[in-house]
Amino acid sequence: MNSKASLGLKIAAIGGLLFLHLPILLIFVYAFTTEDKSYQWPPPGLTFQWFEVTWNRPDVWQALGLSLRVACVSTLIALVLGTLCAAAVARSRFFGREAISLLVILPIALPGIITGISLRSAFNIADIPFSTWTIILGHATFCIVVVYNNAAARFRRTSASLIEASMDLGATYWQTLRFVIMPNIATALLAGGMLAFALSFDEVIVTTFTAGQQQTLPIWMLEELVRPRQRPVTNVVAMVVVLVTFLPILAAYYLTRGTDTVAGQGK
Amino acid sequence: MAEARRAPLSDTLWRRPRLLLALLITPPLLWLGIVYLGALFALLAQSFFSIDEFSGLISYELTLKTYAELLRASNLDILLRTIAMASAVTVSAAVVAFPIAYYAARYARGRWKAVFYLGAMLPLWSSYLVKVYSWKLILAKEGVLNWLFETLHLAWVLEAYLAIPVIGGNSLSVSWTGTFLVFLYVWLPFMILPIQASLERVPPSMLEASGDLGARPGQTLRYVILPLALPGIIAGSIFTFSLTMGDYIVPQIVGTSARMIGQAVYQFQGTAGNIPLAAAFAVVPIVVMGVYLTLAKSAGAFDEL
Repeated sequence: MNSKASLGLKIAAIGGLLFLHLPILLIFVYAFTTEDKSYQWPPPGLTFQWFEVTWNRPDVWQALGLSLRVACVSTLIALVLGTLCAAAVARSRFFGREAISLLVILPIALPGIITGISLRSAFNIADIPFSTWTIILGHATFCIVVVYNNAAARFRRTSASLIEASMDLGATYWQTLRFVIMPNIATALLAGGMLAFALSFDEVIVTTFTAGQQQTLPIWMLEELVRPRQRPVTNVVAMVVVLVTFLPILAAYYLTRGTDTVAGQGK
Repeated sequence: MAEARRAPLSDTLWRRPRLLLALLITPPLLWLGIVYLGALFALLAQSFFSIDEFSGLISYELTLKTYAELLRASNLDILLRTIAMASAVTVSAAVVAFPIAYYAARYARGRWKAVFYLGAMLPLWSSYLVKVYSWKLILAKEGVLNWLFETLHLAWVLEAYLAIPVIGGNSLSVSWTGTFLVFLYVWLPFMILPIQASLERVPPSMLEASGDLGARPGQTLRYVILPLALPGIIAGSIFTFSLTMGDYIVPQIVGTSARMIGQAVYQFQGTAGNIPLAAAFAVVPIVVMGVYLTLAKSAGAFDEL
C-alpha cells in the first residue's frame, strides 16, 4: 500500500478541481472587459467603467433588494421550523419518524420544477395572487432541510443527560433552553442559517413559478441569459453574486470546522 | 413536591414528553403538510384531468387520457432523451468525482485537506445561474474554447467532433455535448462530497490488509474501495439524476432545440396552457425518483446524505 498518491491520481484530482473553478474565475475577467457586444476572448482591453454603470442601474438594485428580503424572511422561517423538526426527531423515537425525515428531504430530492409547478397550481386553485409572500412560501419550504440537517447533526452530538441534569437542578424549560440547549446548538443554527440564506438568494427554478412579474436577482440574470441585452452589466452582476454567496458559505464552514459534521456537505 | 414551583408549564412538559414532542413537531408538519404536500397533491390531481381539444379548456373529469398522451412518439422522445441525459451525466459525474474524492479523503492532509474540501463546497453553493452563464461564455463562438483550439492549431479536431451526428452540431453551444458539459459541471460537486464522506470512513488498515493479502492496487480498488464507496456514489447520484431530470434552464440556454422534461413542463403550463399534460409530465420524475430513492434506501445511501 503506497502512502503517496500515484501521478495519475494526482492529475485527475487536481484537474477535476481546476475544471470546477476555472469557469467561475473566467467571469471575474469578463467583468473588466472593454468589449460590450460579444463574448470575445481574450478581452481586447480592461476597464472599471462597468462597475459604475451597474451601480447606477435601478433595476439591478430593485432585484437585489427583493432577493435579500426574500432570503432573510425565508431563512428565519426555515430556522424556526427546521430546528423544531430536528429537536423532535433527534430526541425521541416515535411512529412516523422516518416518514418525517423523508418529508423534510423531499423538497430538495425531487426536482425543483416539481415544487415550482405544484405551488403555482396550488396558488391558482386557491386564488392566491403572486406577491413577495408567494416567493417566500416556496423558498422557506426547501430551506427547512438545510437547517434541519445541521441542527439534527448537532442534536445527535449533544448528550441528553445535559438536559436532564439541568432540569434535575431545578431549571425550567426556558432556562434549560436558554442556558444549556442554545449555547450547544448556536453555531450549528448559524451555519444552517447562512446556508439557507445562500440557497434562497440563488434560487431560480422554483422562483420562476412563484414570482409572477416580480424580479429577484436570479430572475434578472435568467432574462439576460436567455436574451442578452446588457452583457457588461450581467458580467458585473455575476461576479458580485459569486462574492456575495461565497461569504456565508465560508462563514458556515469556519463555524462548524472541527466538528464531525461540517456544514455545507449537502445542499 | 410540597413547595410551590413557579413553572407549572415545565413540570407538565417534563411529565408528559409526548406533549412536548407534539408541540415541537406540529409547526413544521403543518407547514410541510399544507404548503408542500398540499401543493404536490394539487398537481397530481391535475394530471387526471384532461384538456378539451376543441375549446382548449380543462375538463374536470377524471381520466387517464392525459397519461396516454405521454406515450405519443414526440412526448415519449422527450422522456427517453431526458432519462438518457440524466444517466450519462450521473455516470460521468461519478467517474470525474471519484479521483477528487479519493485523493481528498486518503492523501490530502492539513492545508490541502481544507483546499480540497472548500474546493468542492464553494462550487456546490455558488450561484447556479452564474455557473451556467460562465459556460455560455466558454462555449461562445468567439469564446475561450474556440480560441484555445485555434491557438493550438487543433481547430480541425473540434470540427471533426462536431461533424459526428447526434452529439455534434453547428457549434458546441447548440449541441448535446454542450448541454452535457454544462450539466456535468453544474452537478459535479453534488457527487464529490458524498463519495468523499463515504471514503473517509474506510479504515486505511483495511486497504493495507488487502495489499498484504496479495491484491494488486487495481484489485483493491475493485473489490474493497468501490463497494465501500458505493453508498456515497448512490447518494450523489440521487442529486445528479434528479437535478438533471428536472432542469429546464440549462437545455434552454446551451443545447439543441429538442426539449427535455423540464422544458416540456414549463411550456405546457405556461404558453400552451395545458396544465394537465404539464402535470402528467411532472409525475414522471416523481415516479422515477420514487423508485430510485427506494432502491437507494435499501443500499443504505441515506446515511450519506
